[in-house]
Order: sequence, then structure tokens, then C-alpha cells
Amino acid sequence: MAEVLQLKDIRRSYGGGRAPLVEVLHGINLALVEGEFSALTGPSGSGKSTLLNIMGLLEQPSSGELLIAGETAVGLSDAARTRLRNLYLGFIFQFHHLLPAFSALENVMMPVFAGKGRVGPDDKARAAMLLERVGLAEHSYKMPVQLSGGQQQRVAIVRALMARPRLVLADEPTGNLDTQTAADAFALMREINREDGVTFLLVTHDARLADTCDRQIRLVDGILLR
Amino acid sequence: MAFIWTVAWRLMREGRFQTVLILAGVTIGVAVVVYITAIVNGLQGNIIDKTLSTQAHIVLKPREDVNRRLLSLPEGEVMSAVETRTQRENTIENWAGSLAAVRTLPEVEAAAVMASGPGFALKGGVKKSVVLMGVELEDYLKIVALESKLKAGRLRLDAGSVMIGSELARELGLKPGDRLRLVAATGTADSFLVTAVLDFGLKDLSRRWVLLPLRGAQSLLGYRRDVSEIYIKTFDLFQANTIADVASARTGLDADSWQETNTQLVTALRSQSASSNMIKVFVTLAVALGIASVLVVSVVQKQREIGILRAMGTPASRIRAVFLLQGAIYGLVGSLGGSALGALLAKGFTRLALNSDGTPLFPVVVTPSLFIITAVIATLAGVLAAWAPARRAAMLDPVEAIRG
Ligand SMILES: Nc1ncnc2c1ncn2[C@@H]1O[C@H](COP(=O)(O)OP(=O)(O)O)[C@@H](O)[C@H]1O
Ligand SMILES: [Mg+2]
Repeated sequence: MAEVLQLKDIRRSYGGGRAPLVEVLHGINLALVEGEFSALTGPSGSGKSTLLNIMGLLEQPSSGELLIAGETAVGLSDAARTRLRNLYLGFIFQFHHLLPAFSALENVMMPVFAGKGRVGPDDKARAAMLLERVGLAEHSYKMPVQLSGGQQQRVAIVRALMARPRLVLADEPTGNLDTQTAADAFALMREINREDGVTFLLVTHDARLADTCDRQIRLVDGILLR
Repeated sequence: MAFIWTVAWRLMREGRFQTVLILAGVTIGVAVVVYITAIVNGLQGNIIDKTLSTQAHIVLKPREDVNRRLLSLPEGEVMSAVETRTQRENTIENWAGSLAAVRTLPEVEAAAVMASGPGFALKGGVKKSVVLMGVELEDYLKIVALESKLKAGRLRLDAGSVMIGSELARELGLKPGDRLRLVAATGTADSFLVTAVLDFGLKDLSRRWVLLPLRGAQSLLGYRRDVSEIYIKTFDLFQANTIADVASARTGLDADSWQETNTQLVTALRSQSASSNMIKVFVTLAVALGIASVLVVSVVQKQREIGILRAMGTPASRIRAVFLLQGAIYGLVGSLGGSALGALLAKGFTRLALNSDGTPLFPVVVTPSLFIITAVIATLAGVLAAWAPARRAAMLDPVEAIRG
């Protein structure tokens, strides 16, 4: 099975200069396999978000190797990392983070719009199809403030899928929702994973939800527990 | 393109209040610049027009006699003074060649000769000091437009006729059809028929100027066939200075441009231009700083959105372009509104600032090129003002924005 993402001895330190140098990730080795639905768990402050940001090429590791779809992604320019991000990765954030100035449909199209600089009728059709799939067809032209929290998160989930990523990274995607809505959003991601074969890695504190995943990865104090 | 325009537009629409305020600011700033430019250009054009309506752009005169130093001084010693000598009555003898030479210059629109000298006008025992100006009327009219100055009579200078200023006509009680006696400083005198009364625009000129046929003036003044000056009108009056040098070199005559004979006016116009330019520069600077500060605030406010856009794969260059475009739009849209407002104010000024007879003090000059230049400068200023905020937006760390 093909590896979507590989981490080799990833370390990340903060500080330096005046502030004390603190290592947050102490040599992470991890591979995510195509089609996997994995949960990343661990106590607060253990480095989960840092790890996810490194995987998402939003942040650079202090040392170590990182491969995305076989392409090395360390030591690249900002432009090159942006391109890889747009090509292979989708993001879902805890606070939904829809763009308030854009409608639901426009938010969904945004990854393509941002990457290519323009959108065509095909892109619009795909975005509409994605919204339809999560039952939001009639809300396509609403602005984010007009949607409930659960609806917003569903828009954010399909937005992550818009540019056909190989891997979707979700940092506490349900942390901000009530139990039932969280379960629904989780089920939706699981369904997309099963039907489309998209690889998911999601950070969660909910042990019950984590138990339903293909794989659980536990991070404590910057070290992966086997 | 589409992304940049859409995102810039949405950000501006979202920050509606800021957008409206800064557009109003740019509009007012540009209006001030357009208004000042229109007024100053109108005023200066009017002053120059008035001044030059009775003057040639360039006057060629005989070389002045100068005293040359006969002593050569040893190194380090300085001659305390070189006396200027009294100038003889000096005329241009072979003027036909000079006139033809000057007329062939491509920058010269027209040239005319003039035989002028001091004299007196007599009527009924009253004697007034005048300047006798002998001209070929047809040529002279190409240099100085007299049509608008005609108060009474007709513009004609047949042998034995004169055209006089309105003040002189009043002082001597003359009207077209009357006769007067002209006496030159040499004592030669003759009787002339008044064909026209002219208002030269300045009382002193209207009191002293007497136009008569060239031949009449030559014989009265004792110049034989000589003239005293060659008058030149140039196509571009601001080139008069340099054309004067050329004309002087071609003819061997002294050449005075209008700028040299009106140094005070030129200095006044220059300092007026300098101070109005200063105002324009500072207004432009204030407008640019306004745009910059609005965009700086906008970048901070939209930090999170920028972070999300970056996380989703928006290149930094595209984020930068979004903010540069906003600066350009503020500059361009504000300058269009400002041009309209400034032109309106300037037109309003001509309604308020009136001569005693109800006509505008001077025409206000509002040209399309003024609008175009203003729009280009304002747009450039907007882009430059957006530079730092756009850079900041592009360099924003998406992680910071998303973690918060
Ligand atoms: N920009 C930063 N500067 C300094 N320390 C940071 C920075 N970002 C995260 N950290 C520290 O790294 C550790 C891991 O943080 P984080 O990855 O957010 O943990 P988690 O997501 O598991 O709660 C924490 O101790 C946090 O304070
Ligand atoms: Mg976290």
C-alpha cells in the first residue's frame, strides 16, 4: 500500500535566542497509508497541533525528513510548499474558519480558487455536488453567519475535499460542536473516507470516536506511543 | 486575476465603513489637487495672456555699445568698475535680411519690424509725451492682436493716419476722424488723421502708445529706412528664452525674450507654481498615508482569513496582489470622484470670483489631461501606499492565524 505521508525523526523546537530553547517534538517517525482513517490523541500541550501543522507544511520542522506522496517536502521555498499543500492536502480546523465574506458555495470552491486563481463551471458544479452530498444544497448561497455551527462544519469538511486532496488533516474538527453534531460530522468524514478513499488524520479528545478509527496514534510529551 | 479582484472586492465590502471613509479622504485630497491646479493654471495662463497681449515674445534690438577693458590686469588684481557708456540712438540698418532669417526659424510664428522713438502729440495747445511706433500693420497684427482692443474707429494705417490709445484720446479730446500733430524729439513734425482708438489694457500704454505707418515713423524719427526693433512671436511662448538665443546668433542682434523683460512676473509665477506644487505633494503624501493606514488595519483585522487562504494553498504573491489592488482601487476610484469634485469647485469659483462687470476674473483651466495625470498619480500613490501592508499580509504566518 502506498504511503501518503512519511515522517522520519521529526523534531521541532521553539524559542532560542533570549527565550530558552524547548523541544516540543522529540523525533517522530510515522507513516500514513493511503485510505487510512487515523485518530491522533494525546493530552493538551503534547504537540498534536504542532505535528499536524508540520504535516500540513504550515510549519517547518527543526530537523527530520518529511515526504508527501513520495515528494520530499523539507527545505522547500514557501511557494513550493504552498503548491504541495494545494495539490495534496485538505484542512479542517476546530473553529470552522469559513471565510465570512464568502457564501457557502464560494467557501467550498476556495481551495481551487486560491490555488489556480480562478474557478470554472466544472469547479462550481463540483462544489454544488459536494454541498448537496452533505444536505446543504439549499444553503449554497448563504453566508457563514446564516448557518448553524454544524452546518458550518459540514461546509468546512467538504471544502477540505474540494481540490481532491490525498490527505485531509483535521485538528479537533468536532471539538467545538455538541455531542450529537460532533458524531454526525465524524460520521460524515468516515463516510467520505470509505466512499472516496481519502486518507484522514484527525486530532480528537473523544475516546469513543477515536475507538471507531482504523488506527489510533497517541502522542505524549512529544513522543509517539506505540 | 479573478481571485485577486474577488477577494479584494469582498474585503473592501466587508470593511464598508473604512472603505467609505478612505474613499472620501482620497476624493477630498484629489479634489484639492485638481482645484488648485485648475485655478493656478487658469490664473497663470490669464496673467501671461494679458501681459503678452501687448508684447512680442522676443524683441531684437541693435547690439548695445559696451566699453571694453583696454588694460589687461596682472594676476590677482581686480578692476573696480567698468563704466557703461551712454547709448547712441541706434538702429538696425539692413533689417530685411535679419527679418527673413528670423522668419525661416521653425519655432517662429510671425515677425514684424518696428521703428519707434520718443515724441509728442499736440492738439489744441495741449502737449503729451508719447511713444511713436511705426509698424507695417498687417505684420504687427500677427504679433499683437488689436482686434479685441479696438474702442472706436477701424484698424487701418494708411499713409498719414494713426491709431492712438484711449487715455491719450481722452486727454486730447480726440475721436476717429480727428487730426493731431506729432512731433519727434528731433523737432520734425507732421499732421495725422486718427483712424482708431485702442485700449491697450494698461493705462500707461493707452496714454503713450501711438501707432503709425512704418514709413511715416521713419521719416518723423529721422531713421531713413532703418528700424529700431524686430518683434517675434513664437509658437511655444515658454521656449522664447532659447529661441531668443538662436535668433540673436542668426542676426547678430541683441534678443530679449518676454521672460527677460518680465523677470518679476516670471519669478512670481515660478514661486506660485512652487508653492502650489508643494501643496500638491503634501496632499498626495497625506492621501497615501491614509490609504496605507487603512490597509495596515485591514491586514491585522483579516489576519485569520489571510491565514486560512494561505493554508488552503494561496501563494503569498497572490495575497500581496490582493492588497496592492486595494490600494490601486482606492487611488483610482478616489481620483475619479476627486477630479469631478475639484472641477466642480473650480467652476464654482468662476461663478463667485467676478470682475466688476460680472465676467469671471479669469477662466479656469480643466483639461482631460489633468484628469488622466491625476488618476495615474493617485493610482500609483495607492499602490505604493499599499506596498508595506501588502508585504506584511504576504509574510503573515498562517499558523499564528489559525492557532489563535
Ligand atoms: N509558536 C510557539 N512558540 C513557542 N511554543 C509553542 C509555539 N507553538 C506551540 N508551542 C508549545 O508547543 C507545545 C505543543 O503545543 P501544541 O502543538 O499546540 O499542543 P496540542 O495541540 O497537543 O495541545 C506547547 O507546550 C506549546 O506551548
Ligand atoms: Mg492543539
